[in-house]
Parts: sequence; C-alpha cells; structure tokens
Amino acid sequence: MTIEINFFILIALYVCGAVGALLFRKNDQIANWWSGIMAIIGSLWGIVFAINSFLHYSKNIFTYDYSVFPLLNLSFHIDQLSAFFIFIISLIALFCSIYGIDYVKHFYKKYDLGVLGFFYHLFIAGMLLVVSATNGLLFLIAWEIMAVSSYFLVVYDRENKNNVDAGFLYLIMTHVGTAFIVLAFLIMYVFAGSFDFTAIKAGLVSMPDFFKNTIFVLALIGFGTKAGIIPVHIWLPSAHPAAPSHISALMSGVMIKTGIYMMIRIFFDMFSSIPLWWGIVVLIVGATSALLGVLYALTEHDLKRLLAYHSIENIGIILLGLGSSLIFYSLGNLTLAIFSLAAALFHILNHAVFKALLFLSAGSVISQTHTRNIEKYGGLIKYMPLTAFFFLIGSVAISGLPPFNGFFSEWMTFQSLLQGIASTDIFIKLIFVLAAGSLALTGGLALVCFVKVFGATFLARPRSEIVKQAKESSILFSLSMGALATICLIFGIASGYFGILLTKISASLNIFQNATLFFNESINGSLITPNGSATVSAPLWFIVFALILILVIFWVKFLINKNQIIKIGATWDCGINLNERMEITATGFSRSIVTIFSHILRPSIQHEVEYNDSEMRFLHKSKIVRLEIHDVYQTYFYQPIHKLISILSSKAKSIQSGNINIYILYILITLIFILFLL
Amino acid sequence: MLKLLLKILKTPKQVIPETTFSVKTEEVVVLGEKIKDKVKKLFNGSLAIRQVDAGSDNACEQELVALSNAFYDIERFGIHFVASPKHADMLIVTGPVTRNMAEALRRAYDATPDPKIIIAVGDDAINGGIFKGSYATLDGIDSVIPVHYGIPGNPPSPKTILAHLLNILEKIEQNKIIKR
Amino acid sequence: MTMFFWALQLIFVPLVSPFFIGVVRKIKAKLQNRQGASIFQVYRDLWKMMRKDEVISSDASWVFRQAPFIIFAVTIISGLSIPIFASFLVNSLTGDLLMVVYTLALGTFFLALAGMDTGSAFGGFGSSREMTISALAEGGFILSFFVVALIAGTTNLFTIVETNIFLTAKFFLPITLAFIGFFIVLLAETGRFPFDNPATHLELTMVHEAMILEYSGKRLALIEWAAANKFFIFLILGANIFFPVGIAQTADFKAIFIGIVVLFFKAFILCAIIGLIESVMAKFRFFRLPDLLITSFILSAIAISLI
Repeated sequence: MTIEINFFILIALYVCGAVGALLFRKNDQIANWWSGIMAIIGSLWGIVFAINSFLHYSKNIFTYDYSVFPLLNLSFHIDQLSAFFIFIISLIALFCSIYGIDYVKHFYKKYDLGVLGFFYHLFIAGMLLVVSATNGLLFLIAWEIMAVSSYFLVVYDRENKNNVDAGFLYLIMTHVGTAFIVLAFLIMYVFAGSFDFTAIKAGLVSMPDFFKNTIFVLALIGFGTKAGIIPVHIWLPSAHPAAPSHISALMSGVMIKTGIYMMIRIFFDMFSSIPLWWGIVVLIVGATSALLGVLYALTEHDLKRLLAYHSIENIGIILLGLGSSLIFYSLGNLTLAIFSLAAALFHILNHAVFKALLFLSAGSVISQTHTRNIEKYGGLIKYMPLTAFFFLIGSVAISGLPPFNGFFSEWMTFQSLLQGIASTDIFIKLIFVLAAGSLALTGGLALVCFVKVFGATFLARPRSEIVKQAKESSILFSLSMGALATICLIFGIASGYFGILLTKISASLNIFQNATLFFNESINGSLITPNGSATVSAPLWFIVFALILILVIFWVKFLINKNQIIKIGATWDCGINLNERMEITATGFSRSIVTIFSHILRPSIQHEVEYNDSEMRFLHKSKIVRLEIHDVYQTYFYQPIHKLISILSSKAKSIQSGNINIYILYILITLIFILFLL
Repeated sequence: MLKLLLKILKTPKQVIPETTFSVKTEEVVVLGEKIKDKVKKLFNGSLAIRQVDAGSDNACEQELVALSNAFYDIERFGIHFVASPKHADMLIVTGPVTRNMAEALRRAYDATPDPKIIIAVGDDAINGGIFKGSYATLDGIDSVIPVHYGIPGNPPSPKTILAHLLNILEKIEQNKIIKR
Repeated sequence: MTMFFWALQLIFVPLVSPFFIGVVRKIKAKLQNRQGASIFQVYRDLWKMMRKDEVISSDASWVFRQAPFIIFAVTIISGLSIPIFASFLVNSLTGDLLMVVYTLALGTFFLALAGMDTGSAFGGFGSSREMTISALAEGGFILSFFVVALIAGTTNLFTIVETNIFLTAKFFLPITLAFIGFFIVLLAETGRFPFDNPATHLELTMVHEAMILEYSGKRLALIEWAAANKFFIFLILGANIFFPVGIAQTADFKAIFIGIVVLFFKAFILCAIIGLIESVMAKFRFFRLPDLLITSFILSAIAISLI
C-alpha cells in the first residue's frame, strides 16, 4: 500500500467512526464502544503511519494534489514536521480513547453518546487535516472543523450553565483568531495568486516588508489565540475544565499545539528571510506567558483550571524556544536556530504526554469525588493509590525534574537561551538574560504549584466526607494513565535519540535547506548542544540514580540496625486533637507567593460579617471571607476594546435612518464608486 | 559590632568545669526501673532532650533554660534540646501533671521512639511538691507515664540538674572526665 | 586508578559533610563565649539516631516512608556530579550544571511532599515556606552559574573548573558579583540565616525543621545527613566553581592531596563567614526574603552583562 493510501485510510477511519457513532446513537453502549474502538484503531494506524514515515522517508513523505474548485485544491503534503505532529496527535488520542470508553459511562442515559462519538472523531480528523493540508482554503476548512467540533465537545455537559458559557467564550475567541488568520491568508493570496502553500512560498519572496510584518502580527495573534498566549488566553481556563476529561487532555495536549504548528509552518517554511524583531517579540511573548501562566495557576484551587493555566505556561516555554530560533536565524546562526527549534518541538511532544497524563488522572479523581475543588480533597492516596502514583509521575515530569521528559526539553531550551546570551550583543543579550531568568523562575514556581496540588489532593487526612467514598477507578483508566507515565519515563531516558530525530526534523524545513550543517552524534544516549559545549546523559543518570537508591535502601534497611521496630502512632499534635481544618489548605500553601507577587496578581480580600446584635456589633454570628484575584485582562484589555467597538457601532448606526429613499441613494453612490474603480 | 567581637575575645572563659560536679551515686533518685547499661551507652555521646511542661510553675523551666548558657554549656557533653518528641531520646517533664495536661503528656510519651529515658525534674514532678493533694493535679508524673529517674529540688539549680544528668548517663561515676 | 578516585568522590561528600556542620556550630559557640559541642558531634548524633526505633504517623503514606531514601540518594548523585577535588575525573554525562540544580530540586520536591504527608499544621506551612524560598532562589542560582558557564564556554562543571582564568582582572568583577549572588542562594537553599534558623525550637519560625518534625530513628538520620550533604555540596560549589584554585588536574596522589587540603581551607573560610553571619544578624521577616533573592538574581544578571 502506498503511503498516500495509508493516509487516506487514516482519515477514512475517523470519518467512519464519526458516521457510525451517529448511526448507533440509539444504543448508548454500542455507540460508546464503537467510537472508542474506532478511535483506538485510527490512532494506532496513525502511530504506525508516522513511525513508518520517519523510518523510510527522508524529507518529504508525499504530496497529493486534486483540483476540485478553482481556489480549493484538496492538496495534502506530509513532510517530517507533519508526520511528527500526526504522531503526537495519534499517541495522545490513543490513550484518551482508551480512557474515554470508561469515562463517558457516567453520561449514559443523560446525553446522546452518538453525538459525542461523532464530534470526537470529527475533532481528531480535523486536527489531522490541519497538520497535513497544504492549501490555504483546505486548511481553513479543517481549522473550522476542529474548532466547531471541539466547541460541541466543550458544551457537551450542557446541564451545567458554566459549561455553556465557557463554550460560548471559546467559540467567540477561536473565531476572532480565525478572522486574523483569514486576513493573513488573504494578504498572502494577493501576492501569491493562489492559496497553495508552495505558491505562497514563492510569492512571499517578493512581498514588501510592510505586508510581511503585517502577516507576522496577524499570524501571531491568530494562531496565538488557539495556542493560548497571554493576553488572548481567556478562553482556555474556562473551556478546558468544562469539557469531559479526555477531551480536555486532547485539547490541552494537542489542539493548542496546532497553533504552534502553523506558526512554525508559516515562519520557517514559507518565509525565507526573517527580521530580527520578530524573534524578539515571540521571545518576550513566550516569557510573559510562561511566567503569568504559572502565577495564575498558583492562585487556582479548581483542579482542571489549574492544569489549563499550566498549559499556558508550557506554551510560553515552547515559544521561548521558537523565539530564540527566529533570532538565531536572523543573525545567521543556522546551527543554533535548528537546535532551538528542536528544543521547542521536543517540549511540544513532552508537554502533550504529561499534560494528557495529568488531565486523565484529574478526571479519575473528579469522577470519583464529583467535585473539582482541591480544598475538598485530601488523603486520596489511601483510596486511589494508582491514580496518586501516576499523578505524582505527571507532577515530577511537568516540574522539569530528571529523569522524566520535562527536564530534558527544558534543558535544551536553557542551552539555547544560554547560547543566545553568549553569541549576541548587549541589547539582545539582555533580553535573553531576562528570558533565561523567567524560565528559571517559571520552573521553580511550577514546582511549588505541583507540590501544592499533589499534597492537598492526595496526602494527609481527608478534608471532607466526599473523599471517604472514593475508590480506585477502573482498569482502563489505570491502563491509559500507566502507559502515559511509562512513556514520560521512556521519552526522558531516550532524550538523546529524540534530540537527534528532532534536529533532523527541524533541519528539513524550507528555511534551513541551503545550510550545510554539522551535528555531533549522541554518545551514550546523551543530548549534546551543537558546539559540544554541554552534554547530559539521561540513561546514565537514571542507571546511577537507581543503583544508588537501591544501595541506600538496602544498606539502611537491611544492614544497619536490622532489629529496629517501627511503631505506628499518631501525628504529633501537641496534645490537641487534629481535625481536617488543621491541615494546610491549597489556598494557604500558595498564599505566600500570591502576596509576594501581589502587584501582578492583584489579590483582594472581602469580609462579610453578620453580627448577633447589629447595634452592639460585638460577637460575630457568621463571617465570610472572599479571596479573589482581579482579572486584569477583562478590565484593561477586553473592556476597552468592547467599549471602543460599542462606540464605533453606535456612531455607525447614524447612517441607518429608516428612510428607504436614503438607502437607494447609498446604493447609487456605491454603484458609481465601483464603476469608477473598474 | 567590632566592639562586640573584641569583647568576645577579651572575656575570659567561665564555663563551669566538670570536675566540680559532685553527686554521689546514692543521691540519684530512681523512681521506676533503672535503665539498662546498653541504653545508657547508646546515649553516651549524644542525647536529645525534649522538655514537657505538664502544668509547672516555670521555676524548673528557667533552670533548664539556663543549662544552655555560657556557664553550664550542656552542649559540650553532646546533649541538646529538640523541638519534637519524635526526635527525642529523653523526656524531661516538669510540673505536677495537671488534669488538662495529662492527655498531652501521654501523647508526648507515645510519640517518643524507643529506647527512651523519662526524667522528672523538680519536687512537683516527682510527688506533687507544693501542689500535693490539690484537686487540679495528679500528684506527680508516675501516675500518667512510667518514669525512670527524678531530680529533686524546688527547683534544682542548673548545676544539680547537670550533675544528676551526667550521673544518670554514668559519665562521672566511671571517672571518665572528658577533657574539653 | 581512576576507579579508586571515583570511589573516593562517591563517599567523600557523605563522609565529610557532618564535619563541616560541626565546624559551623563550633564557630557559633565560640562566638557566644561557650565551649560548644565537639566538631565530630554530628557523627555521634547520626550514629545514635540510626540505632533508635521509629514512630510513624498513621496518616503517612509511602511518600513519607520513601522520601528520606530518595532525598539521600539525590545528595549522593549530586556529590558524584560536582568537581570536589579533581577536575580530571571528567563527568560529561551527569556533570552538567542544570542537571545538578534540578537534581537538588528533586530532593526539595520530595522533602516538601513528606512534610505535607502527615497532615500536621507545622509540616504544611514548613513545606509552603520552603517551596516559596526555593522557587525564588532558582533564578539567582541558575543565573550565577550561567556567569561562569559563559566565561568558560561550557555548562559542564568539570570543564568550567579546569579553565583557570578566573582571577584575571578582566573577569574579577563578574565573578565576585556572581559569587555574592550564589552565596545568598547558598544561605537560602541550606536553611541558614537570614532565611531560616537551623537551631530553633519555635515551630512557627521553622522552615526546614518544620517539615521533618514527624521523622524519627533511621529516617531522621538519613534526612539530617542529607541536609548536611546538601550544605557541603553548596560549600563545594561556592568554593570550587568560583575560585577553582588548587584543584587536582592530574591523576596522582600528591595532586589529590593538595586538592583536598585546599578544599578544606576554602570550606573553612566559607564556614567562618556563615558562622559570623549567624552570630551577628537576626533572621529576616519572611516577606523580606524575596527582596534578598531578587537581589541575588539582579546581581547575577548584572554580572552576565559585564562579561
């Protein structure tokens, strides 16, 4: 079977799954199992397709062109980058589908599962089309399919009004982003004469600088809205919690990366020369998103909103790699540009894996406790030990600690920033220094946040009665979470191999095609920077650490003081009875950081007191304390834009007089105007 | 600050030497069972003490705090005070256990890992002292937890406490005066 | 032969670290006009703790029980990855500076989790404070190392130490600024004044001690030992990365001996400075500490721009 047919079978599998789910929707069970099994088959096919592409093809895997309408060609072009993204999509979709089979069981009899299956398959098919389309119109159609089907998935649990509002905000924001993207493609069409990416590539060479810069800004805002950069991120924290957990994992782990994919495609594959300030802007946007994302995550105690803010933070880290790549390219340092891009791609892969793991574990906890509020959890490690273990692995991975995969992609990003400091002049050097500082601070704050989440959720004593009814989730949950956790570890240990693979992928992009490059081969499976200035070997670290750990445990437990008796007693409570209110809460844990960063976060405290005797005002009957974070984006960014648009609209309303004769006059004026133009 | 540092260098050393401690063996008050030699050898170089105030009038606490100053310097014997009973080897209890502190004292005893030594400091802790017979106290610690030794006095001076401690750990008795 | 030196490097940090804790305590005692415990007291404490029984809270889970082993193993592998007395023991596989920073962060992560695990109020706020300080200190930590990495052209700690150009006039100011930034981070991460008082009994003022209040017996010995190891690792980093004088560059016993003696000398000076700081200054109020940590970050940023 040729590779083209394989790809079309892949898309056909998902379409078949979608249609079949609709056909079977009368029977919940069959619809669920049909959509689950078809999704699993489709994602396995996708993984095999992607791995096959890497093994057997060097640069371009295939191009397929079929003219339907004059502007819309059904043209697909899979190259190394697309195959990489197809791999990521299929990998995460595989485990989310396995998880989803059991997860949606609590929607039986409540909602229509056939519809869920339909939109789920359409969503994944849309994503696959987005990363493989090579015609602008086809791309926009696929983008719309992806956006609209994910909207329906977000509002699936429609009995909760919050979900419907979140979906509405998501729909508006994604279409605002699409508007910017459409404008960018229209400008490209004017200069290229067609929507095909290859024609655009040729047309962009002769484009004046003003339009190139316009396309950059439009693409950054448009794709950034999908990716979730600050300040166009406001849909992310509401939409991701509203969706069912396996959909949240797909959206957060994969869908937002399609925005980054298109950014890479446009900046690295279509443009052939890049001014310096583009890279600086992307770097600054990345540093700000990373820092603000993690700071807002620290203020949250809704489990899924917190994870959504961490997605914003990690997109920031990916943009740091992307920005430094753009800067290195414009300064002529191609080797470092490829390395930084490889760092960004590696972080895309790693983030997809551990974010999916975290969302699936969060979904497992939420399905047992029926609340997303961390303050009601506690002691879950005794009731759900497997979920706790996999959540711990996800937390260690996202905090960037060795030997898991998060550390190695952050290492590559740090190295590229360090090389940036070393090889640039004073102004750009300072920006790189601040970017490195923000990456370090972000890493530290992510650690704080995950100690808080894991500690408050799983450790110590239960803080409410709901916890005591929790049980370990079903085997399918544990299977998918365990597989993702193992992949975190494997990707970490195999990071040397991934480094080389991703460097090859980055080097295959059009912008680097004329460069002669030299890369060191990996020794002992270690990651190496381009000029050999730094190496880190994951397999060796892991082996040494495991050996030392086993040695220490053996020595201390079995050789020293074998006759030690361990008594189980009570926590030392200074003589007072401990109840659940004496444990640290998630709010209390992060309160120090919120206070330290209070100028950025603007926390506010409100007290509402009810007195026993309202004249004497001496003894409280009840007191409510509200801790809130001021939403600066609403106040300073969106409200002014809203006001401006309202004012402009009310001014424009004045031409609507209601008199039909005036309208005929308008038509006459427009006709004369167009006749003069032609 | 320079004046302070110079003052440190100029002040003569005035730590009370060990040779002046004179407590004969028969003066050690044994309340419960005597500690085995093996346990004493365990704590010979390093002892962690947790002080529990079971409703005392703080006279003994002041004498115990004085043990850490530059005159008595209990740290030179490897003895130090710790904050948590889980870190402690020895519980020094003061005060005639009041009713409200009985449960707390029992929990502190349960939290201390074995092997441990329990010492009652002051007459109040040994048998109720000046509060003996009161309705609010339980007249001595041994009604709540098993006690090994007692240090009599109301309150005993730091020198007495230190001498008794060293005697209990049998540092003086075997004439092993450690030259510091 | 190299195997012997690797074995020496493996056991050097756990063997020698309690000695330096004893040295700092002795210096503080002398400044208080006391005699103080002997400099080998910490060895006796660890030995005694190992032979005691344990009491473990019923609320604790496997995280509490296994954390001491993980934390101790982290300090051992960090000890293997830093240049202690020899730079010829080229460790280009785990000796990267970012690896060392994040390996130590792995230890802090598990310690904070263990502090929260028993559900006592002290452990909870101790974890919160420790993580806050550690998060803010990472910026200064990594940037101060970036200064020496930029001068040496590599992030491998052993190669940095071999480049012996630090005391030239050109790099004197950046190195000094970076060292001051690093020193502030040393005080923060090892729990010394003005961040934390390691000898306090007042739980409300504790940061590191609060997290370990529930440990006893062997696990407590491992955690205390790991804290001593971490202190020694930071001393070694401060002494060797910023002032790499006297490190053995050839594989013979004489050079190694000189390397160890010079290390002890440099570590003594650092211990004396720390002992002096702990005797003349009081602990800062908690919300003044971020100012100090941001100062460390800014000093390192200035140092980078001066290179």
